[in-house]
Amino acid sequence: MLELRELYKTFNPGTITEKHALNGLSLKLETGDFVTVIGGNGAGKSTMLNAIAGVWPVDSGAILIDGKDVSGLPEHKRASFLGRVFQDPMTGTAADMEIIENLALAARRGQRRTLRWGVKKAEQEEYRELLKILDLGLEERLHAKVGLLSGGQRQALTLLMATLRKPEVLLLDEHTAALDPKTAAKVLDATDRIVTRDNLTTIMITHNMKDAIAHGNRLIMMNEGRIILDIRGEEKTKLTVEDLLHQFEKVSGQAFASDSAILS
Amino acid sequence: MIAYFTSLNPLALLRACPGGIAQGLVWGIMALGVYLTFRMLDFADLSVDGSMATGGAVCIMLIMNGWNPEAALLVSFLAGLLAGIITGLLHTLLGIPAILAGILTQISLYSINLNILGGKSNQAINVNSVSLRITSNASLLPRTILLLAIVCLVIIGILYWYLGTEHGSALRATGNNPNMSRAQGISTKMMTVIALALSNGLVALSGGILSQYQGFADVNMGRGAIVIGLAAVIIGEVLGEAILGKHLNFFLRLAFVVVGGIIYYLVYVFVLWLKFPANDMKLLTAIVVAIFLAVPYLQGRSKSSFSKVAKRNAKNAKEGK
Repeated sequence: MLELRELYKTFNPGTITEKHALNGLSLKLETGDFVTVIGGNGAGKSTMLNAIAGVWPVDSGAILIDGKDVSGLPEHKRASFLGRVFQDPMTGTAADMEIIENLALAARRGQRRTLRWGVKKAEQEEYRELLKILDLGLEERLHAKVGLLSGGQRQALTLLMATLRKPEVLLLDEHTAALDPKTAAKVLDATDRIVTRDNLTTIMITHNMKDAIAHGNRLIMMNEGRIILDIRGEEKTKLTVEDLLHQFEKVSGQAFASDSAILS
Repeated sequence: MIAYFTSLNPLALLRACPGGIAQGLVWGIMALGVYLTFRMLDFADLSVDGSMATGGAVCIMLIMNGWNPEAALLVSFLAGLLAGIITGLLHTLLGIPAILAGILTQISLYSINLNILGGKSNQAINVNSVSLRITSNASLLPRTILLLAIVCLVIIGILYWYLGTEHGSALRATGNNPNMSRAQGISTKMMTVIALALSNGLVALSGGILSQYQGFADVNMGRGAIVIGLAAVIIGEVLGEAILGKHLNFFLRLAFVVVGGIIYYLVYVFVLWLKFPANDMKLLTAIVVAIFLAVPYLQGRSKSSFSKVAKRNAKNAKEGK
């Protein structure tokens, strides 16, 4: 479904800020896999998602979606395979456009943008129904500018937009990190429902180990640009935060760097 | 002082107004082009100073060569499209910052415009031998104004329609949030080039119409055009929001850009009537634009500023709270 083969990426090569962000990263996801990703700061989690999304080209390696090598496609062309939700709630939506206009833009992801009207009449009802799954009352505010929404509402809307056209892979880059705990739980809940409903292949980065354990069918831990731990199925359901910390120290030979991951 | 006031002739002002309205409509078309880049893409495109003159030069030279004036305008529009594409490619393909890309196109157009004008800095047509629909001839001015108003309405209608389509929505999204746009499969580079092309096309069309109106094209006719365009956009917005408030829908917003152009030229006529030296008009325009751009910013600051907090806290401390 999604396959990453030996990805390498170095930022600022040859300078004092040189950073080997991806170090031979390989990963294979089956259809319907919901993978949670944890790892310290600078482990390469976001870099991995950006590599898949095509924010920049990788130095070497291949990214295959449905068996097709997409490594050579620019970001906007890969978008037809991908749904993305970002860490910053401001990134995923167009603030000066209406909720319905944002959804209509997302509904045409990967399609030719024609000179037909941007939002068809029939779409209104469709979106109203879809917004109900978020349970935020947005279905009554179709014509409100997205800039008027809270961070949580915008993030939930971005999630809906990312999945409006079924993506081959859904990329969630710490999409609840900027939200208060209650809203974060709500967005995570919606994520679970949508992923299950559509059987979406999903990668979710999180700083929260409990969330990483509670969601998805597979958990990977990253360190220094590659995967150091890959736990799935039965084994994953039995995991505890202590297990993970212990495993991390054993595999990487250092203590887990992020307090927030442990304390939350 | 008295001599100055008695020298002002109210009738002269009245007589100058129709010309001001006509010019305002012409520049309104130009301002719609500026609106497209400045408001939709947040791209202050300086190439318009050049493409305005390109539109005029192309139009006048074609008419001199026996072309039909309306067909000449079409070519003006196309020439503007091309200029916009150049700026767009300089920016998106070669990574040159927006402002600089515009300046490079503008400066190269200066040479190109001189070449179009056959090496002269201006060229005039004999307005008596060519039948022009758009003319500053005083007796035909009402007809010209009506025609220009219709042209403006048609352009506003087309822009309103286009920006409502799937393609136009993608353009608006590009200006609003390029990251989101790419994530939704929109080529933001392509959209930037298209917006710049359309914008400069409109500006050149306006230049062509202006050259017909005044009967000549001058290589300097676009100097400071961006500032006049911005003035029209901003005056129109402030006025539209003041008059219509929440009822200012997108169609009216575009219409008020043209209204902004008309207001600008009526003020221009008025200030000239007050015997303000014509040489200083660009300075005045720049000051007006600076003020209009600064006011919203300063209003925001006055609502929340460090000095205000400091003052309030100092006062509270004094009163022992």
